[in-house]
Amino acid sequence: MKKGTIERPKLVVFCCNWCSYAGADNAGVSKMDIKPYFRIIRTMCSSRVEPDTVLEAFKKGAWGVLILGCHPGDCHYKNGNYKALRRTLLLKRVLEDMGYEKERLTIDWVSASEGERFASVVNSTIEKMIELGPPKNA
Amino acid sequence: MSKPKVAFYWCASCGGCEEAVVDLNEDLLQVAEKVDIVFWPVALDFKRSDVEKLSDRSIAVSFINGAIRTREQEEMVRLLRKKSAYVAAFGSCAHIGGIPGLGNQFAKEKLLKLIYEDLETNDDRTVPKPLSKADGNELEIPEICEYVRTLDQTIDVDYYIPGCAPPADIILKGLTAFLKGELPPKGTVFASDKSLCDTCPLRDKKPDKFSIKELKRPHEVIHDPEKCFLSEGIICLGPATRSGCGERCINANMPCRGCFGPSPRVYDQGAKILSAIASLLGIDEEEIASEEDVSRLIDSIPDPVGLFYMYSLPASNLGDKRRNDEQKDNS
Amino acid sequence: MRIGVYICHCGGNISDIVNIGEAVEFAKKQKDVVLVRDNGHICSNEGQMLVLSDIREFKLDKIVIAACSPSFQGQTFMKMMERAGLNPYVLEMANIREQCSWAHINYPEEATEKAKDLTNIAISKVRLDTPLSKAKMPIGKRVLVIGGGIAGIQAALDLGDAGFKVYLVEEKPTIGGHMAQLSKTFPTEDCSACILSPKMSDVAAHPNIELLTYSEVIAISGYLGNYNAKIKIKPTYVDPSKCTCCGDCSEVCPVDVPNEFNEGLSFRKAIYIPTDIAVPHSFTLDIENCLGLLPLACAKCRDACDAKAINYDQYEKTMDITVDTIIVATGFDIFNPAEKPVFGFGKYENVLTALQLERLVEHEESGKNLVDIGNKIAFIQCVGSRDEQIKKEYCSRVCCMYATKLAQLLKRNRPERDIYIFYTDLRAYGKGFEEYYKRAQKNGVKYIRGRTAEIQENPKNKKLILKVEDTLTRSLIEGEFDTVILSTGMVPSEGTKKIRDILRIGRTTDGFLAEAHPKFKPVDTLTEGIFLAGTVQGPKDIPDTVAQASAAAARAIRLMNKGEYEAEPITASIDEELCAGCGVCISVCPYDAIAFEAEGARKFAKVNEMLCKGCGSCAGSCPSGAAQQKWFNTEQIKEMLRAIL
Repeated sequence: MKKGTIERPKLVVFCCNWCSYAGADNAGVSKMDIKPYFRIIRTMCSSRVEPDTVLEAFKKGAWGVLILGCHPGDCHYKNGNYKALRRTLLLKRVLEDMGYEKERLTIDWVSASEGERFASVVNSTIEKMIELGPPKNA
Repeated sequence: MSKPKVAFYWCASCGGCEEAVVDLNEDLLQVAEKVDIVFWPVALDFKRSDVEKLSDRSIAVSFINGAIRTREQEEMVRLLRKKSAYVAAFGSCAHIGGIPGLGNQFAKEKLLKLIYEDLETNDDRTVPKPLSKADGNELEIPEICEYVRTLDQTIDVDYYIPGCAPPADIILKGLTAFLKGELPPKGTVFASDKSLCDTCPLRDKKPDKFSIKELKRPHEVIHDPEKCFLSEGIICLGPATRSGCGERCINANMPCRGCFGPSPRVYDQGAKILSAIASLLGIDEEEIASEEDVSRLIDSIPDPVGLFYMYSLPASNLGDKRRNDEQKDNS
Repeated sequence: MRIGVYICHCGGNISDIVNIGEAVEFAKKQKDVVLVRDNGHICSNEGQMLVLSDIREFKLDKIVIAACSPSFQGQTFMKMMERAGLNPYVLEMANIREQCSWAHINYPEEATEKAKDLTNIAISKVRLDTPLSKAKMPIGKRVLVIGGGIAGIQAALDLGDAGFKVYLVEEKPTIGGHMAQLSKTFPTEDCSACILSPKMSDVAAHPNIELLTYSEVIAISGYLGNYNAKIKIKPTYVDPSKCTCCGDCSEVCPVDVPNEFNEGLSFRKAIYIPTDIAVPHSFTLDIENCLGLLPLACAKCRDACDAKAINYDQYEKTMDITVDTIIVATGFDIFNPAEKPVFGFGKYENVLTALQLERLVEHEESGKNLVDIGNKIAFIQCVGSRDEQIKKEYCSRVCCMYATKLAQLLKRNRPERDIYIFYTDLRAYGKGFEEYYKRAQKNGVKYIRGRTAEIQENPKNKKLILKVEDTLTRSLIEGEFDTVILSTGMVPSEGTKKIRDILRIGRTTDGFLAEAHPKFKPVDTLTEGIFLAGTVQGPKDIPDTVAQASAAAARAIRLMNKGEYEAEPITASIDEELCAGCGVCISVCPYDAIAFEAEGARKFAKVNEMLCKGCGSCAGSCPSGAAQQKWFNTEQIKEMLRAIL
C-alpha cells in the first residue's frame, strides 16, 4: 500500500485460519467483487490477535482494523472468538477515548462457507474508511 | 582526583521524585560526599547559565525526572544531554510518561480550554500565553508542547530508574552503578525483568485458574488481604508491570497501578493488561452471554485509558502516534 | 538467510489479472531474497522439480510460494519441502489467487499492488520462521459413530470389519433410520427393508460393534486420539435377551400413541416394537406415554409377559467412553410442510407427505391398507426445497426420483390410477435415473412443469383442487385430486443440531454440517478426527450416503491405523525466564493445556504440547509477553503488519 498517487484506504483484516480465512477464500473462488484496499493477516484464531498489535497497525497508518472470527458457538478452538470480542470491545473504548471514530476498529464473524458475507463485510468497512479518510488526531 | 559531577533536574512532575532522593536519608549524605552536585534546582542555587558554562559531557550523569510538557523542559534536557556523559530517566514520568501523560487524551487547546476557561473553580479566565503584557512589562512563560513526551522520546536516554517514585533501593542501585563504574548495557531498566506477580506476596493465594465475574473498583469493596486482587475482580496492573518496587501498593492493600512500566518484551503495557483482563472478564459465562451482555460488562469498566494507561500513555502505541505527529509539526 | 520466491501464474488464473513481471521485480528487491522465479504451475510436478533443483543449486534455505491459498495447496508444498530436506515450516505461501486475482478481477492494478504486499507479508514472516517438529502421539482404534441410520450402520460395519472397536449410538429404540421406513429404493426398486435388515442384524451380531440404542451423546470433550464422550442411555424396561417379541405386552397395553414409524398414519401402544425388523429385536416401554409403572396405575404388561422380560426397576444411565475418532451420521429430518401453510398440510386430511406415502404404499402392497388414497393423485415437488421464501434454497436431490418411484409403485398397485407430478425442474442425474424416469413417463405418469400456488379443499367431497400453470405448454391445468402428496425435502435433523452444539463443528448456510473442503475433504470436518457420513452433510440418496459412510470409515482408519499420528506443531510455548506466574494463560486455555511448575521460589506456567491445539489464546492474553505461539509469534505478526503499512 505504499505506492500510488491517490491515497488508498488501508484496511488491515485479521482472519482466523478456520472460518474467516476460509470464508475469504470462498469469496475469491466465487469471484465476488471485493474492493482491493484490504490486506489479510492470517492467525490460527481470532484470540491470537493482540490489542497491542492492533494499536501498532493504527500507529503505522492503518485506516481501519477488522477482526474476523468464527461465528459465536462455531470457534474451532471452542471459545477463542469470545475473547477476541471482549478485547475488541474494550479496545474500541480506548480508541474512542483517544479520539478515533468507533468504526475504525470492528469485529465480525464469517464462516468458511460465507464468501458473500466476507465480501459484504469487507466492502462496507472499506466504504466506511473511504468516508472517514485517514485517522486524524482528536 | 575530582569527584564526579552529578546533576538532578525536574520536568513535568509532582516533586515526588525529589522527595525520593531526599528519602535516601543518611545514604544521601554518603553519596553527596562522593559526588559533586553541579545542578539541582530544587535544593541548590545553580542557574541554567552555570550548566551552559560546563564543557560537553563533563557531567558524569544527569538524573532527570518528569515528563516533557513544555518547551523549556525540552530545551533544558537537550542542554543536559549535551553536557552529560550519561542520562538516566528518573521515575515513571521520565521513563514512560507518568500521570502527566494522561493529558495526551486531549489536544493542547482542549486541555487549556478545560482548565483555564471551563473549570468553575477558576475565577480568572485568562488563558496563559507564551508572551503577554502585565503592568506594561512583557512577560514570557514557557510554551506548552502539543503533547506530553517521555524523556527518551525527546533525548537519548542511557538508563531508567523506574517508579512513582523510585524506591530508595533502586535509586541507590543506580547511583552505586555509576559511582563504581559498573554500568549495565545501555537501555537497562533498574528493576526486575519479570512482572510483579513474581514477587507479589499474594501470588500463592491465587487459584491457578481463575475468572473475573465483574470488575470492582478498590473503594467499592473491602478487599480480603489474603486474596489476589485480580482474582477478586479488582483491576491490578501487576501482571503487566515490572517487579522491583517492593510491592509497596500491594502491602498497603492497594492493587498495582503500573508505575514500573512494562516488562522487557512488552511494548504497550496498557494494551497488554487490557487484553488479559478482557480475556478473563466474564469467561465463565462467555458461551451463554449475548453480545449485549458482553457490551454491558465491557462498558462497566470506567475510564479504560486512565485505568490501563495510568502511567504509560505517552510510551504506548497510542502515545507514540501523537509524538510522530508532533515531530512532523516541528519539522 | 537465502530466501527463494516463486510466483505462480496458475495457468492464467493469476497472471491474467496480476502483473507477474512487476511482482517479480518487487520481490527481488526484498532483503534476504536471493532468487525470484515465476512459473505456470508451481504445484505441478515440473514446477516442484524446479524449486527442488533451485534449493540445491542456490542453497535456498527458506521458500515463499506466491500462488493459491495455503488451505488449498499448502500440504503439497510442505511435502515438497520435506523432499528437499528442508523443514516444512520454513515455507510461506502468499495467497495471490483466491485473495487477489480472483477477488479483484475488476482492479488489475490494485490486484498487482496487493500481490506484492501479500508476497512481502510472506517474505517478512518466513524470515522469522524457525523449523518446527511434529511430535508423534499414540492413537488407539476406538470410534464413536453417532446415528444409526444407513450411514452410521455402514460406517460401523466397515470399521468393525477392519478390526476397530465401534460404539454406535442411536437415539431411537432401533437402528435403521429413515431407510427402514422406505418402501422401495430408486431406481432399482429393491425392497428397502429387505436390503437393510441384514445389515442391521450384522451390526447387532458384530463382535467389534457395541450398539447403544435409545441413547444420546450428551457431551464430548477431548481431541483426536482422546475424545471423551458421555452417553445417556434411556431405560427400555425390557430385557432384550429375554424378549421373544410375542407382542402379548402390547396387546394388553391400554394406551394408543400415534405410530412414528408409520408417520402417524396408525397407532402403536406405549410398549411397542417400532418395526418388524427392529434391531435390537425387542420391545420398548415408552415411559412418556405409559400410564405408570405402579400396579395401581397399570402394570398390565409386566403381568402379561411370560418371558419375564419386563423389568420396571430400570433407570436412566450414563456411560463414559473414550474414543480416538468420531463419525457423525445424525441424518436428516423431513421438512415440516406446516411451514408452507398454502399446501394445507394438517388442515386438509388428504394432503400427505411423501414419507407418509412410503408407509402407505408398503401397506397397500401387502393388502393391509392404512388409508385409501384413491386413484387421482398429484405430487407437488420441491416442498421445502428450492424455496427462497423459507430460506431453503438448496435442492434436496432425492425428491424427483422418489416421487417417480412412488408414482410407479402406486400405478403398479392399481394401474387405473391417474398420477401427476408437478415439478420445478426434473433432476434425474444419477446412474439409471434418467432411464427410470423415462419408464415412468411411458407407464403413464404425467409430469407437468409448474408449481402450484395453493391447494384448496372441496368441502363436499374433501377432494383437493389444484390450479397449475404448465410452464412448458403455457396451459392451465385445473383439477380435483383424491390425494395430494407433498414431496418434502430434507432439513438438518434435530439430532444434527444438538451434536453440532456439542462438537462445535461448522455448518454451511443451509444448516447442514460443513465438510473441510468441498472437493478434496468431503467427509472430513475441520476438527481433527471428526468425520461426516450421509445426510448430516447435505441431502443425498442411499448410494451416495453409503459411499460417504465408507469414505468416512476409511478416513478414520487412515488416522488410526498406524497407531500414532503427528501432532500439530504450531503450539504455544512460554518463556519461563519471563513468566511471573500470573496465571492468565492457564485461565484462558480452552484445553487445560497449561499448568504451573515450580522450581524453588520460582513459579512459571508450562505448556503441555500434547494437549495444546495451537489457538494462541494464551499468547494473545499474556500480559508479559512470555507466552508465545510457534509460527505465529508476536514479532512475526508485527513484521507482517510492517510489510503492508
